Amino acid sequence: MSSKIDRAFYDIGHLDTLAEGSSALHRLDPRAKVLATAVFVVSVVSFGKYEIARLLPFFLYPVLVIALADLPVFFLLRKLLIVSPFVLFVGIFNPWFDRAVLVELGPVALSGGWVSFLSLLLRFALTVGAALLLIATTGFTAVCMALEKLGAPRIFAVQLLLLYRYLFILIEESIRMIRAHALRSFGTGLRYRVFLQILGNLLLRTMDRAQRIHMAMLCRAFTGEIRIMRQFRFGRREFFYLTGCCAFFIGLRLTDLPSLVGRFLLEMGP
Amino acid sequence: MSHHIVEVRDLEFSYPDATQALGGVSFTVRHGEAVAIVGANGAGKSTLLLHLNGYLVPTAGQVRIGDYQLTRETVREVRRTVGMVFQDPDDQLFLSTVFDDVAFGPLNLGLAPEDVARRVEQALDKVGVGHLRDRPPHRLSTGQKRRVAIASVLSMSPDILVMDEPTAGLDPRARTQLITLLQGFEHSKIIATHDLDMVVDLCERTIVMHDGRVQADGATMEIFANAELLAGCGLEKPLRMQGCPACR
Amino acid sequence: MHMADALLSPTVGATMWTATAATTMACAAMVKKSLDDRKVPLMGVLAAFVFAVQMINFTIPGTGSSGHLGGGLLLAILLGPPAAFLAIGSVLTVQALFFADGGLLALGCNIFNLGVFPCFIAYPLLYIPLAGKNPTPGRLLAAILLAAVAGLQLGSLGVVLQTSLSGVSELPFSSFIVLMQPIHLAIGVVEGLVTAGVVSFIWKARPEILEKAASGQGLGSLPVKPVLAGLLAATLVTGGFLSWYASEHPDGLEWSMFKVSGQEELEGQGGSLHDSLGTLQEKTSLLPDYGFRAGESGAGEEAADPRLGTSVAGLVGGGLVLLMGLGLGFLLKRRNSGAAPATRR
Repeated sequence: MSSKIDRAFYDIGHLDTLAEGSSALHRLDPRAKVLATAVFVVSVVSFGKYEIARLLPFFLYPVLVIALADLPVFFLLRKLLIVSPFVLFVGIFNPWFDRAVLVELGPVALSGGWVSFLSLLLRFALTVGAALLLIATTGFTAVCMALEKLGAPRIFAVQLLLLYRYLFILIEESIRMIRAHALRSFGTGLRYRVFLQILGNLLLRTMDRAQRIHMAMLCRAFTGEIRIMRQFRFGRREFFYLTGCCAFFIGLRLTDLPSLVGRFLLEMGP
Repeated sequence: MSHHIVEVRDLEFSYPDATQALGGVSFTVRHGEAVAIVGANGAGKSTLLLHLNGYLVPTAGQVRIGDYQLTRETVREVRRTVGMVFQDPDDQLFLSTVFDDVAFGPLNLGLAPEDVARRVEQALDKVGVGHLRDRPPHRLSTGQKRRVAIASVLSMSPDILVMDEPTAGLDPRARTQLITLLQGFEHSKIIATHDLDMVVDLCERTIVMHDGRVQADGATMEIFANAELLAGCGLEKPLRMQGCPACR
Repeated sequence: MHMADALLSPTVGATMWTATAATTMACAAMVKKSLDDRKVPLMGVLAAFVFAVQMINFTIPGTGSSGHLGGGLLLAILLGPPAAFLAIGSVLTVQALFFADGGLLALGCNIFNLGVFPCFIAYPLLYIPLAGKNPTPGRLLAAILLAAVAGLQLGSLGVVLQTSLSGVSELPFSSFIVLMQPIHLAIGVVEGLVTAGVVSFIWKARPEILEKAASGQGLGSLPVKPVLAGLLAATLVTGGFLSWYASEHPDGLEWSMFKVSGQEELEGQGGSLHDSLGTLQEKTSLLPDYGFRAGESGAGEEAADPRLGTSVAGLVGGGLVLLMGLGLGFLLKRRNSGAAPATRR
């Protein structure tokens, strides 16, 4: 139980550390990356439910991003695996309900359910991977600033930044309280009443902290709106990156590249 | 220069539940002076400090900062002059990078971006954390956080620095670095602290508080030589004045 | 439970995103107008609190399972609906970006399900009237419990609707509902109990916090109009989509007759290898060694369903492209780690 919170602490910190790399991809304006990710996700999600082959070339995007930005593959894969249970849980019903055979590959007959299940998994890997890669190459703060420049309300962008800032502190405080409890509880787990006490105390401390932060803000002439100075430059590189990615994703979506390649290959025989 | 003078006269303050925290405090701090405010926990040090930039409003008495008497109208101007650094740097560094936090004040004052950038660089250089410009606060050590917190206040070019327990939680080297740093500041300094050894190094004048009142106000070395006075206020002599443990 | 990208169709996703975006802008405007600059740090820090606390599980006695706090209703009580909505939205956004909880397209659904229902329906319509000004502990518990359960039931109904309307999962609406609602009833009860526990803790320790919070939000300040507008928009678009879908596919959202017809077709060909290969040929008109070409075999062309995107050629081609991509990526990575590792700025 406490390992969940420990792992959260490590993971968020690590992902953001990855964002400090200096590859060309890292240095792109965050707006380009946010938009490219959005087009990617929409393209992937827009396929029909039985689509498998046409999803495969989309993997080129995460593969190239990981390679160009030099990101740790296993770390990212592990994160994917950790969240897969929910999708697996819902997706596993597909083969159950959709039993009619759809495809026969030699002796193997796949029902529509299995095909759509597999498609589901591929979609999941692609979309979730895209989100992780966005953070790993851009950093949370830059993404928030990009969102604001792209039209999100400023209060919401600031809210995200404050949340992110105090996340670590709150998690640390929670870990400390849980650890203190664990050391005195001989393995009985966190009981409801104790849980309430911990929560209540943490909440009171949090509200006190909010007051002190407010005080600190006032001392620096805060007037109600948080101002942050960021220079972003959307130049030629970003333009090419964005148009290239969009052309690739939309092109893959509208054509059937895998069939073309496959047919070409198979027809090449004697 | 009158705008560096801090004048507190007959200051009284009671909490909403009627406990009296300050019962008639008066003192004056002149330009460039470094004054320490010492006392046991609960003596009213932090409460007093919070009056100096208008966060708390006295129930009686008045505060004068430079040419301004502290009222609701003058509060903004006063906060430009009085830079306050709190005990917990995590409460003061609430944005995502060091740069953002140090730029917060100047941006709020409405300065142009180039001016803001210049002030931030100067403030960061002054406290020696220029290389941490883009670092997120949760990845700073306590000593670094303290210095950035000071920079975040310096960037507003205050004339008076008010600090609450600046050396708390610092390892010996960070503490020494901080003291050296503060020694180099020309601002008027008002520092509430338990670290009496730092007071010896930094502040030529000390105000001793007890139960919300001023018990003594004078030269630091004289006050610290007065064991009776210190004991009566729940304090002891600074460690370095307590005699060598090996020789005893 | 959260929606996931993989279960979402672009139309439903886009609709929900529109509704969520509209609500977010409305709430941002409202918080700004309220002129309470204390809200800014409070929202941020309370969101961090909820985020951290969501990871703490406690054991539910007698069941051996564990529960935890969702936090929507608690935030609504402490911050008022618009600020609470923004706070919850921020928590879900961070979870989507860092923990891949759901996904980016589904984020619109999640913020709506877990934000709008507790903040704009459960809190104002249930908690406020039931709790009143100075509730007794019993009344407080009842109000919070009902509000929490209602909020979560609506939220899970939202997930079911969005999943079913997307049509990606095979789970029929009725089965999904039967699965989700009871589970979320239990979750709602847990949420209500924990929220009530925390609120009464605060009431005993520092009642002024709750008094201040309550005075800040009267029913008059609630953003009923924008929320209703958003909901209406969502309904219209989804309704339009539904009717289009229904007209194109008379068998509706239920799982499909086409499958049944497909089965009939294939069954007629028997199970021998020859026939399976024949099927293969029909679909791809390839594999020259077996001498089957397009049009030669009886059953002829590709499978009738236009939705079926998977053919042998497709799999081969797709697999090849993927392999090439992986190879390229591997080479690039090799080159990168051969050079100096990415340095920190």
